[in-house]
Amino acid sequence: MKRLVVIGAGMASGRMLEHLFEADPDAFQVTLFNAEPRGNYNRIMLSPVLSGEKSYEEIVTHDDDWYAGNNVTCRFGERVTGIDRERRVVCGEHGEVAYDKLVIATGSSPFIIPVEGRDLPGVVSYRDLDDTNAMIDATGLPNARAVVIGGGLLGLEAAAGLRLRGMEVTIIHLAGHLMERQLDEAAGYLLQKDIENRGIRVITRASTKAILGKSRVEGVALEDGSVIPADLVVMAVGIRPSAQLAKDTGLEVGRAITVNASMQTSDPDIYAVGECVEFEGTLFGLVAPLYDQAKVLAKELLGEGDAFVVKELSTKLKVTGCDLFSAGDFAEGEGREDIVFRDPARGVYRRLVIERNRLVGAVMYGDTADSNWFFGLIRDGEDIAEMRETLIFGQSYQGGAPLDPTAAVAALPDDAEICGCNGVCKGTIVEAVSTKGLTTLDDVRAHTKASASCGTCTGLVEKLMVLTLGDAFEAAAVPPMCKCTDLGHDEVRRLIKTKELKTIPAVMQELEWKTSCGCAKCRPALNYYLVSDWPEEYADDYQSRFINERVHANIQKDGTYSVVPRMWGGQTTSAELRAIADVVDKFNIPSVKCTGGQRIDMLGVKKEDLPAIWADLGKAGFVSGHAYAKGLRTVKTCVGSDWCRFGTQDSTGLGVRLEKFMWGSWTPAKVKLAVSGCPRNCAEATCKDVGVVCVDSGYEIHYAGAAGLDIKGTEVLGLVKTEDEAVEYISALVQMYREQGHYLERIYKWAKRIGYDEVRRQIMEDAEARKAYFDRFVFSQKFAQVDPWSERVSGKDKHEFKPMASFPESKVEAAE
Amino acid sequence: MNVMTDEWLDVGEISDIPRRGARCIRIGETSVAVFRTADDQIHALEDKCPHRNGPLSQGIVHDGCVTCPLHNWVISLKTGQAQGADEGSTEVYPVRLDGTRVLLGFRGK
Repeated sequence: MKRLVVIGAGMASGRMLEHLFEADPDAFQVTLFNAEPRGNYNRIMLSPVLSGEKSYEEIVTHDDDWYAGNNVTCRFGERVTGIDRERRVVCGEHGEVAYDKLVIATGSSPFIIPVEGRDLPGVVSYRDLDDTNAMIDATGLPNARAVVIGGGLLGLEAAAGLRLRGMEVTIIHLAGHLMERQLDEAAGYLLQKDIENRGIRVITRASTKAILGKSRVEGVALEDGSVIPADLVVMAVGIRPSAQLAKDTGLEVGRAITVNASMQTSDPDIYAVGECVEFEGTLFGLVAPLYDQAKVLAKELLGEGDAFVVKELSTKLKVTGCDLFSAGDFAEGEGREDIVFRDPARGVYRRLVIERNRLVGAVMYGDTADSNWFFGLIRDGEDIAEMRETLIFGQSYQGGAPLDPTAAVAALPDDAEICGCNGVCKGTIVEAVSTKGLTTLDDVRAHTKASASCGTCTGLVEKLMVLTLGDAFEAAAVPPMCKCTDLGHDEVRRLIKTKELKTIPAVMQELEWKTSCGCAKCRPALNYYLVSDWPEEYADDYQSRFINERVHANIQKDGTYSVVPRMWGGQTTSAELRAIADVVDKFNIPSVKCTGGQRIDMLGVKKEDLPAIWADLGKAGFVSGHAYAKGLRTVKTCVGSDWCRFGTQDSTGLGVRLEKFMWGSWTPAKVKLAVSGCPRNCAEATCKDVGVVCVDSGYEIHYAGAAGLDIKGTEVLGLVKTEDEAVEYISALVQMYREQGHYLERIYKWAKRIGYDEVRRQIMEDAEARKAYFDRFVFSQKFAQVDPWSERVSGKDKHEFKPMASFPESKVEAAE
Repeated sequence: MNVMTDEWLDVGEISDIPRRGARCIRIGETSVAVFRTADDQIHALEDKCPHRNGPLSQGIVHDGCVTCPLHNWVISLKTGQAQGADEGSTEVYPVRLDGTRVLLGFRGK
């Protein structure tokens, strides 16, 4: 009988042995090494063991009887120290075994991130039964807290299991959303929501700096400086193939052990199977291809040819009750189209990616009923042109006549509830429309209250009106924000507040965005709305900002930048001017110019010089002038009562005060201020977004002027007596604009839309409303007044300012 | 894309590039923008908009395209072609991933 030695008793080699014994029980005398002190068990089922739903005994695949029955010599708990290919022996810790054929099935090992404290007791990975038992032991501590590093499948399973055992659990994840390799941002948002509903805290975009503790783990420190206390830390950041033994043996190894389609390594008598192999550049982690490999290898060992092929893979996972599915390629790209379906009430998201009338990828969350059908369409490359319109609804909707968009609404019974907020049913709406002669959505809202609260039923109500009125229905004139939604800016802003949406993916899911992650129009707008509405909680989405707001300088036509430091109220000193002169010389800045807003612009700055320039300017006391921002820009002043013989008030002082109070604030579009010391108005305050004209009796506040594409004199808001009042009224006005303006809409357009009387009523006449706006402005400034230049001098976003790599021209030439 | 590449330059780690962002690679006077999409696809274009030479690496990345920061032309990351009504194209460079390393394709001199 030939001698077969197998190194590693995992699921792949286990399945291979089953096939082998089934086909020919007498073909080989088998010796099985395993570093773990046990045989083959179902590793996928470790999660139920962790959560306490199953015991270890229940997940054993091959028990002692099975090994004995098949005459397998088990050397469990024994490490293999080497392979001698010349003598054809495997060296174990307790002696050698000769082989005719050898199978390496060493699997993979968890990736441990190389941070300080990784060796402390209480830090575990999540790979085998011993890890699982260590985790279960930790749950016994009173008020035990766990931190799971890694929000992939394994990390989520670990977190859910620990939570079920009563631990307080936090997941730290490096990427922007959970399971980023299987899910897109939208599905990741829903998953996070579900995980959080289980009482697990999730922190994304979090990078682990160190694991803290003296004799055992006490906490995890993140790069942002925060510390999360922990009695147990689970590292679940990924696995890497265990190929060291094969490498030491001199077998060909790339990222893993290289095998051909027969699972043969570079030595014809040595095979490899499972997670430790690389085939045609592909690595394997899911169980299905491993089982295919096992089958091929068993046949190969028995001399029957077969070839392993890589198949399209799908991931259908039940992460502890969260239904999710992903398959194929769901990357964005030219020539690819998305079909997106969202049902916020049920927490459902479906996205299909179509290329040349074929389904190439799918992501589903919350309802995966049709996943097999979709997977079949991807795998078979079937032409879906015929069923495109209804494809997203699944298999049961196919084959009928094309759907009339109103058919579904027509089919509803009269007592079907349309508006959940106000409890309005279909019959009520139809009756109101026909008996009262309503023709617009606003009429219906006024008469029935349907769609008047959260607004998510607006589409349904409109369909009902089309159904009832036909062409007489006047569709809402509100233009949508962009092609990704039917909602206008106002609706979106209102829903962000009422539904308490605090992230971009949350807005897109709950408001049924038609694309998976928005476009260059809606992303910056949503980013602003969220910054403005949730100053304390919302984390700015850097990549949703235009370049000027990312690098805090103004891009010029040749790709260089201009730098404008703040000069409070247009005042400067010899020391400041000297510092600017030094910077201009030191960095060879080609052009220096006075701006219309009373400050100095340095033009033609190379991007990589920006941080060094800011550092020098910062030393002289300068901060960013935000000349690039949708935010407060300049406050222009005249010299006022300090010097001017006509000056009535200290206009310079008020200008400086306003600028120091309001800088850093993000607004829908840029905001420019001016303060003139008398009605001669040398600071040109009456064409600004907000202007003050000082008079003997106080301060006349103006707003809604324009001197750009449009020219428009300001409207008078009113007269106040003191500087303090001027600051309060102006801040309140700007806050009202911040809360109501559409992204990129200047104050004069906003005010015209809202009505000057309404603005005046809320700011001048309603002291309570004014105070509330003012307080909200002050609150938001707590988070906004951070000088972006000094932040970047200390290293923030440093990747922005340097090329990733540089090469001399002589080295290379672009391939044509 | 081309098949003439005979040299792959290792230009850095994928994690050096922000998702939905880009980094520049300098080769003498030429600047190449390497983009990383939300789903970790990598593309490389000459860092020059066909319209007025705007630095595409500074644009907003969305839907497999980048919007130029100067005048909002939208350029396909895959083909370098201007989208919509605009006409023009930017040179596409071969780029691939080896594990987490980003490799940019060139013909050696």
